[in-house]
Amino acid sequence: MNHLCACPHCDALHRRPALRRGEKALCVRCGSVLVRRHRLAPDHILALVVAAVMVFAIANAFPIVDLRIQGLRGGTTLSGAVAALWSEGRQPMAMLVCATTQVFPLLDLGCMLALLLTASRPGRPAWFGPLLRFVQEMRPWGMVEVFMLGVVVSLVKLSGMATILPGKALLAFALLTVLMAAILSFHPHQLWNEPEHE
Amino acid sequence: MSAAEAGLMACGHCGQIMEHRDGPIACPRCGGSVRPRKPASLSRTWALLLTAIILYVPANLLPIMETSSLLVTSRDTIIGGVVYFWHSGSPGLAALIFSVSILVPVLKMCILAILALTVQFGWPLDRRQCITLFHVIEFVGRWSMLDVFVVALMVGLVRFKGLAVIEAGPGAIAFGLVVALTMLATHSFDPRLIWDSPRRALG
Ligand SMILES: [Zn+2]
Repeated sequence: MNHLCACPHCDALHRRPALRRGEKALCVRCGSVLVRRHRLAPDHILALVVAAVMVFAIANAFPIVDLRIQGLRGGTTLSGAVAALWSEGRQPMAMLVCATTQVFPLLDLGCMLALLLTASRPGRPAWFGPLLRFVQEMRPWGMVEVFMLGVVVSLVKLSGMATILPGKALLAFALLTVLMAAILSFHPHQLWNEPEHE
Repeated sequence: MSAAEAGLMACGHCGQIMEHRDGPIACPRCGGSVRPRKPASLSRTWALLLTAIILYVPANLLPIMETSSLLVTSRDTIIGGVVYFWHSGSPGLAALIFSVSILVPVLKMCILAILALTVQFGWPLDRRQCITLFHVIEFVGRWSMLDVFVVALMVGLVRFKGLAVIEAGPGAIAFGLVVALTMLATHSFDPRLIWDSPRRALG
């Protein structure tokens, strides 16, 4: 039954289209995307993932901005902001922020690294299927790009009361947002339709 | 023809087509558990959606941020933040925050309720438009988390002992939960149910 596929949004049955890179097929009944094949090959996505892991480390290691108010200096890393929330008794919020901006994006990158490394080799390991399902389930919860917009809004809000110097992590977060957007446009389940060795 | 009418069903994880069974079976390709439709989709959606609607009240009434400086202590609600940006000369940011924090969550809860009612009572709405609405709420849902991140950053950044301290208010966690619950509710809703019931309107 490998020549068939069903629309995930309306269950319409289609003959599985043969797609070239960068093409997508739409469902004739509901108009949703039926199947897509990313413009980049899995190997190229792998390179982006490796780059994103390094940028992720930089983004979290350095302060996002330096603040100066009347001679006093302050600044925070992302984990510093989470720790501040935790210490003032907002544990649920600290966990929510930590999960959506650090744990889930990092897990996503880690899992993608493992999946892409094995995807093009013949004979997929036993953990391939479960890991792929795991990435798909948790992917909506990584919110690096929303966080980036939050940084911009906070800076505008603070610009009235303090002098702001951009930190090293600010540029790293901007770069990470771009890299993540490219990586997230590759839906991992297309790996099932990639030939096991090209 | 739908897969169900052809006596087939698709794996929700990898798309593999297999013979229709009522009970859950393991997908031969990816090993995930497969059912023809998401289990208890409507009742789960309703439960999550109603909880989110109830929490939306404290999320808007309670302060999301408390700023204490030498002289004054101020408490900001979500709408207070919008008003602040509007008056301080950033109407663009005011519009952005209004959209993602107020417009998007309300629209999302309304649309999801309409979709669930459509399935529950067989409302004769255009099915194609229902699917478009579903894609829209799936896409925009996460952006509502913006204000939670802004509060978290402000709390982390502004810690000047004796001069100014910003703390997160209880409204922020309520709002974060509303966003998470509506995302879960959207995820629980199975859009294929819209197409299952026979209806007058043609998609
Ligand atoms: Zn469809």
